[in-house]
Amino acid sequence: MIIAEGKPIKEILAMIDAYDKIIVAGCKGCVTVCSAGGEKEVGILSSALRLARQTQGRSLEIKEVTLERQCDTEYLEPMREYADQYQAILSLACGAGIQFVAEKFRKHPVLPGVNTQFIGVTEEQGVWTERCQSCGNCVLDRTGGICPVARCSKSLFNGPCGGSKGGKCEIDPQVDCGWQLIYERLQELGQLEKLEIVLPVKDWSTSRDGGPRKRIREDLKI
Amino acid sequence: MKAGSNLEKILSSGGFAVTGELGPPKGADVSVIERKASLLKGNVDAINVTDNQTAIVRMSSIAVGAILQRMGLEATMQMVCRDRNRIAIQSDIFGAYGLGIRNILCLSGDHQKFGNHPTAKNVFDLDSIQLIQTVKLMRDEHKVLGGDEIEGVPAMFIGAAANPFADPFEFRVIRLAKKVAAGVDFIQTQCIYDMDKFERFMQMVRDRGLHEKVHILAGVTPLKSVGMARYMKEKVAGMEVPDEIIARMKGAGKEKSREEGLNICVEQIQRLHKIEGVHGIHLMAIEWEDAVHSIVERAGLLPRPQV
Amino acid sequence: MNNFEPTIVAFCCHFCAYTAADLAGTMRLQYPPNIRIVRIPCTGKVDIRFLLEAFEKGADGVYVAGCLEGDCHYLKGNFRAKKRVALAKRILEDAGIGGERLEMYNMSAAMGPRFAEVAREVTERIRQLGPSPIKRAKSMAHSAKSKEQRAKSK
Repeated sequence: MIIAEGKPIKEILAMIDAYDKIIVAGCKGCVTVCSAGGEKEVGILSSALRLARQTQGRSLEIKEVTLERQCDTEYLEPMREYADQYQAILSLACGAGIQFVAEKFRKHPVLPGVNTQFIGVTEEQGVWTERCQSCGNCVLDRTGGICPVARCSKSLFNGPCGGSKGGKCEIDPQVDCGWQLIYERLQELGQLEKLEIVLPVKDWSTSRDGGPRKRIREDLKI
Repeated sequence: MKAGSNLEKILSSGGFAVTGELGPPKGADVSVIERKASLLKGNVDAINVTDNQTAIVRMSSIAVGAILQRMGLEATMQMVCRDRNRIAIQSDIFGAYGLGIRNILCLSGDHQKFGNHPTAKNVFDLDSIQLIQTVKLMRDEHKVLGGDEIEGVPAMFIGAAANPFADPFEFRVIRLAKKVAAGVDFIQTQCIYDMDKFERFMQMVRDRGLHEKVHILAGVTPLKSVGMARYMKEKVAGMEVPDEIIARMKGAGKEKSREEGLNICVEQIQRLHKIEGVHGIHLMAIEWEDAVHSIVERAGLLPRPQV
Repeated sequence: MNNFEPTIVAFCCHFCAYTAADLAGTMRLQYPPNIRIVRIPCTGKVDIRFLLEAFEKGADGVYVAGCLEGDCHYLKGNFRAKKRVALAKRILEDAGIGGERLEMYNMSAAMGPRFAEVAREVTERIRQLGPSPIKRAKSMAHSAKSKEQRAKSK
């Protein structure tokens, strides 16, 4: 899922400074699962913003709402009923959701309440780590199911580099060396010979480098 | 001859090569280069010029390499994959060759987190092994990666680094084999203090016949103090320093530690010279360039051959 | 400000803190009437939203009282509460209310005197800190407005 993290309250206060009636919109998708922008976080943030405003002797009226998702037009429509009564929308969805709201609610400034970070997994309750960089050209079959783009700090395709120590990456002793993981996994699978092949130069044009991407399924278009 | 560089000639004639290293200035001050270079002149066969080492911005490796060539010295330009994409890399190789540089060392590059611009974007369009393949493609097939023919072939002597002590240890020789398969001509290792472990590594190298396919130069760095020895042991990734060395440096006391460091260095070089498959040493006298002459002389490696 | 009487909300777990409060009462121990007790089954039930809402509704101080660490009736509820209180303190700091207006305490059901002591301690601390910043701001705005009106009527 997409992992995000709430922005610091001070930063959000600065963003909403000009407004006193806002919608705080959460999302029941990824940001709920990673506890960054679900119903609970909407409640906590709204409370904190109201309190902060009150200490300044100002008021802040907040409509707290948590939508099913913010990346599908149908799920944004319910906001139309009341959106005009508010001056701005503070969205706690991932960057995609926030932008979609901005596209569909053109009269409202739409502000990000979270920093969208990465595509990742829940390692344990409260801990989420990155797994995928959406490069558009998956090589997981060749690396034992472990991604060299996302899990190697240098995205090497023929690692590890000389900085791998004790199974950890040179940048941080808490970060696993992606290539150590690949090595161990291929060893477990009895496929170490895969590592003797030089993986060729990558075509990055399917990644962010090639420009904003689009995927179409013609058979599904109405 | 692939490139015809001084280093290549010495290695291919079976000689024991000595290479040195020069760190460019953190600015545009050329006098630093001239000073360091004059200390290395006559003591080494080629001088490595680092490429924004530890991600700290320094004068470019190509520029410094060109300055060395103008001074009548031979440069080995280092190139990291961290800061350039394949377009800039190939372009820079053309330029380096045009400026007289004939040796190139292909590296991944330290992560930018270590340097003075930790918020920079990194590139890593290619990794070090793909870089070796690229240089070989340009030199031997006269093409760039995209397929176009080259106007004027950059015939470089291709080098790479190897770290016998990084993890996983069992994989290091396989990775070296990959670099050989990719087309590397010579290897320089990280500085070695654990001779026993290095000899085990070289045995693994010989078992695969790699010593006949690539020239290996063992890295050596003289220790200045017990503090430096401990720092290398604890803080530098992929470095192994046996306790025996720490003990020797400590035992020498403050006044004699530099002398002991030089003694250890010379002993190491003499031991490395005897290992089958080691075709030279890469002497990295970090911020101690004036010790190079003494080390090389005491190790019995002077005068350097004129080929 | 000398006659400021703080309003304090105490979230007390049924098994320990609330029982200790009962015991304090039975023992006829005196503690300040400023404490409004909210009984909950376990401090693990405390949601950060309750803590913030208490301040929004006008509390000058809030505390959470649970079982001694290791003795929670539901095993780990008080540990969860501890972490949530820590996060809520940071949020209150960022919101300008002040993290020191919220604390967590641990006690056993037998510790009637401790309950009274905590109540006194918190009341005194909040008294020293003064009314919640949201009230101060309101009263400052109010007195500024009255000043303006008085000036106009002169």
